[in-house]
Amino acid sequence: MKLDPKIPSGPLEKKWEKHIMEGKLVNPANKRKYDIIMVGSGLAGASAAATLGELGYKVKCFTFHDSPRRAHSIAAQGGINAAKNYQNDGDSVYRLFYDTIKGGDFRSREANVYRLAQVSVNIIDQCAAQGVPFAREYGGLLANRSFGGAQVSRTFYARGQTGQQLLLGAYSALSRQVGLGTVELCANEEMLEVVVIDGHAKGIITRNLNTGAITRHSAHAVVLGTGGYGNVFNLSTYARNSNVTAAWRAHRKGAAFANPCYTQIHPTCIPVSGDYQSKLTLMSESLRNDGRIWVPKKRDDKRPPHQIPEDERDYYLERKYPSFGNLAPRDISSRSAKEACDDGRGVGETGLGVYLDFSDAIKRLGADTIKERYGNLFDIYKEITDESAYDVPMRIYPAVHYTMGGLWVDYNLMSNLPGLFVMGEANFSDHGANRLGASALMQGLADGYFVLPYTIPHYLAELDRDGAPSTDDAEFVKAEEEVKARTEKLLSNKGKQSVKSFHVRLGKIMWDHCGMARTKEGLEKAIKLIPELREEYWADVRVPGEGKELNQSLENAGRVGDFLELGELMCRDALTREESCGGHFREEHQYPDGEAMRDDEKFAHVAAWEYKGEGQEPVRHTEELEYESVKFATRSYK
Amino acid sequence: MNILNALFKTSIGKKVIMAITGLILVGFVFGHLVGNLQIFSAPEKINAYAHLLQSLGPALWAIRGFLLLTVALHIWSAVALVLENKAARGAKGYANQQTLRASYASRTMRYSGVIVLAFIIYHIMHFTTKTTHGEDFYPMAMLDGHLVPDVHSMMVFGFQQVWVSVFYLVAIALLTLHLSHGISSMFQSIGLRSRTWATCLNKLTIAVCILYFLGNAAIVGSVLSGYVKIQNPNLQVAMGELCTPDCNVCETRIAANN
Amino acid sequence: MNVKLRVWRQKNNETEGRFENYEAKDLNPNMSFLEMMDVVNEDLTDSGDEPIAFAHDCREGICGTCSCMIDGKPHGPEHGVATCQTYMRSFKDGDTITVEPFRAKAFPIVKDLVTDRASFDKIQQAGGFITIRTGAAPDANSIPIGKEIADLAMDAAACIGCGACVAACKNASAMLFVSAKAGQLNLLPQGKPEKDRRVLSMVAAMDEAGFGNCTNQYECSAACPKLISEEFISKLNRDFVGATVRSSFKAKPLV
Repeated sequence: MKLDPKIPSGPLEKKWEKHIMEGKLVNPANKRKYDIIMVGSGLAGASAAATLGELGYKVKCFTFHDSPRRAHSIAAQGGINAAKNYQNDGDSVYRLFYDTIKGGDFRSREANVYRLAQVSVNIIDQCAAQGVPFAREYGGLLANRSFGGAQVSRTFYARGQTGQQLLLGAYSALSRQVGLGTVELCANEEMLEVVVIDGHAKGIITRNLNTGAITRHSAHAVVLGTGGYGNVFNLSTYARNSNVTAAWRAHRKGAAFANPCYTQIHPTCIPVSGDYQSKLTLMSESLRNDGRIWVPKKRDDKRPPHQIPEDERDYYLERKYPSFGNLAPRDISSRSAKEACDDGRGVGETGLGVYLDFSDAIKRLGADTIKERYGNLFDIYKEITDESAYDVPMRIYPAVHYTMGGLWVDYNLMSNLPGLFVMGEANFSDHGANRLGASALMQGLADGYFVLPYTIPHYLAELDRDGAPSTDDAEFVKAEEEVKARTEKLLSNKGKQSVKSFHVRLGKIMWDHCGMARTKEGLEKAIKLIPELREEYWADVRVPGEGKELNQSLENAGRVGDFLELGELMCRDALTREESCGGHFREEHQYPDGEAMRDDEKFAHVAAWEYKGEGQEPVRHTEELEYESVKFATRSYK
Repeated sequence: MNILNALFKTSIGKKVIMAITGLILVGFVFGHLVGNLQIFSAPEKINAYAHLLQSLGPALWAIRGFLLLTVALHIWSAVALVLENKAARGAKGYANQQTLRASYASRTMRYSGVIVLAFIIYHIMHFTTKTTHGEDFYPMAMLDGHLVPDVHSMMVFGFQQVWVSVFYLVAIALLTLHLSHGISSMFQSIGLRSRTWATCLNKLTIAVCILYFLGNAAIVGSVLSGYVKIQNPNLQVAMGELCTPDCNVCETRIAANN
Repeated sequence: MNVKLRVWRQKNNETEGRFENYEAKDLNPNMSFLEMMDVVNEDLTDSGDEPIAFAHDCREGICGTCSCMIDGKPHGPEHGVATCQTYMRSFKDGDTITVEPFRAKAFPIVKDLVTDRASFDKIQQAGGFITIRTGAAPDANSIPIGKEIADLAMDAAACIGCGACVAACKNASAMLFVSAKAGQLNLLPQGKPEKDRRVLSMVAAMDEAGFGNCTNQYECSAACPKLISEEFISKLNRDFVGATVRSSFKAKPLV
């Protein structure tokens, strides 16, 4: 397998411009002759489908939701970064680029990240023009806040629902194109297979979730914007239906899966309260701007928080990272919470939680100011836990929140499988080993509005302008047979255990052995346990109901089946990456003070895995990361 | 889209028809009330007012036609909306649906509307076409040398019958209920209600409704309590309420006896 | 705690549905309503029955997927939350809870408690956007927007498109949804040029989808998980009247 990142030559600042200039264009009159399949309708999918439709391509946009607006991009609360420097606080494209590279622990591709920082400014313009109601100052100009450890205020936001507002902006652009007839919207359609003809991705097979109809769709290019795979952990902040199926099916057809072990664990989520739990709720990281994180100094201290005197509290982030304090990056912050809890100093019923205390902030600023800043978050907290964070400290615990890994793509966002493009969280390219707060929205929209629409013509222009292949092609027939066989197998299995019970078990293995801190033994154990669980799954899973109608058990069964394969790959990736970096922490590789120890000599590369068939060990390929502009530096937030 | 299409074919258009006809009818019922309140003055006042209206000739018919059309449109839009709304719920309704904040008045508009309509028809037959009662009920009086219908006496006479008064009071109460939703609703439907003055508008609506009801109730009440009496001497005499030395009736009687 | 459930089961839109009774036992009051449904579904699966289909996704009250009429109120007894944010502590031990799908002609039932709300997408496609080419936008700060207007637009934009307004309305009217969507864009200077077209097209699409009419009872606003104000309906009415008058009298270009 050849992994050519196709990074343009020339100075970093000029690469993107040069690349656009050098790439081939598609004649406007010919654009409508190209069919493009867009899978996913989140920030990346909706924005790309809208833009490509507007440019004149024939686009089909698929979503398994009932409406494109439901994609999980909608749940992002905090904001979106852009190097606008509206605050005059020293921000620039280069600084955003550098922060992202550094935040990603030097495991991302320099050229991609620089491009991301460059187009970030256009995103804000685009969204404001679409009517996204960003927060504003009294003078009518856009407001910014500092977010997720950044030392400049470059985050744009729309109350606590920036994700929803940006997604609705992209959705409105998409809706406009659907109304104009340039994009065909296929809702309730789940992609279950990629069709590869002569080594190129040429179509997909979908199942209509409401009717069970299985359909073939052919195109000149297939684009995936299908999000991350954090639900492999079962409990996460992802929507219940988020899944890896589209990406995994593409992986099985030849697309390399890069850095699957990079998982972001968000430090400020509401702790698990019981076995029935289906979902972890994230509290925006902005809370860390005014809240102070602490645990009791004594172990098993069961006193209520207000009875614990100041000198018996350990404000561990402030203690360990004096300059960043409570705003230390997500991975550090999460791991510190885990350490405190592993040490027996966790709070709450389960002992898996730390306090996020606003009493000082309330004293300093007054309850009204706190209410103004975080009112909606405090309301959410109250709703879920029945406790008021104005009176008692919040309890928080880390939860899986984002996956930096994904399908490998080159500078053009094309995977190693020609004709298959991957955007947003589904690809691996921009966040390295750890993503900065408010950068996910930025990347999704950058890919969809400003990158893919420029790069996809480079591929299309090389193709014949003949129509997309016939769906009667043998490969389509074969792929459809595979989907049908798989569905049939699940329905006729008549085992004893529910899909959910397997998902819970897989999640536990993943969280215990491939979670915030990983060890060789643990990972090896998981690599043994997961295939066993997978075998048990296919032998004993029970999927009630029929295939010809809405069957949520069947949908989940397919997705959990894919998670059971992905989980193993994640563990393999974590095992072979003998270093600690960003969202990947190997206990064997740390400094005496517990800081992550990177190994730039051996691991400054992307690990991209090639699928070799069921029961076969996947093959690890690498793409060296070459840094022309930045120098390796140990991340220090002390 | 032209305006007529927008008014008659769209959902919002029908609501605008409802609101504008509603506004006209509110104006009418208040004008009507003010006219009726003249019953507290000398009978000549209200009789003259009634005579003035009667003598308008073609203009009267124009006004009547306009009001009739307004009522017809008001009813048409109501019927159209009710039918559409029923269809919009779909074939199967809820087994259980709570009322969250809809007022009683708003939920009974169609019933209060229908009863008020029935009342209006009766009312027109009662006082305009004069078909509900016998001839004696519609006396005449002299006004500036002309013989004109004695509206004052007619009203008093009418309300002295307890069942008529009760029916009027019930109908007025229902109309008030109808207005209590209708008046603020009118503003909403044409887009003149906003959060800033919604509370004020609601209070205003209630105040207007109370005034309307009290105004009408005062007329009925003052007749029933005997505060307002028949002042047409002919009738008073006929009813045995009056006998004066210079009474024509008696004089005629005496003359006849002699 | 234990509760009894009376749940609407319906195989698909062609078949008749009916209520079925279930028992949910040993519940934790801190469970969400949907987690309780998960437990019931696991029991149903274990006993060989088909689980209850219900729409859900993000489970944090923002995607608008979850629906359900719970004891006669969309999204359950609490104020200003979606079904996924309703917790069992809102019910009493031993309660019988009636769970029905949202009912409207424009929201046909797919199965059990799941309805098809594609009609909302259709309304958006008719005019719920600002026409701006990707890449053609001026600098975001070139058009200042007063904080009050921006905040008001944000109030409207908070709509999650769940359809509770339609479900709660005695007339199955979608006016709150349409007015929130149109209102957000109409308030902003960016949305002004297309305002009249937007309003007329969205209202036409709404009517075509078979929603009912607003009779100003404001049940929608009371049931809205984001508590969107009925004020936007008034604004839509005003904009509609204005748009109708202007479009009837405006000078038309020669073409």
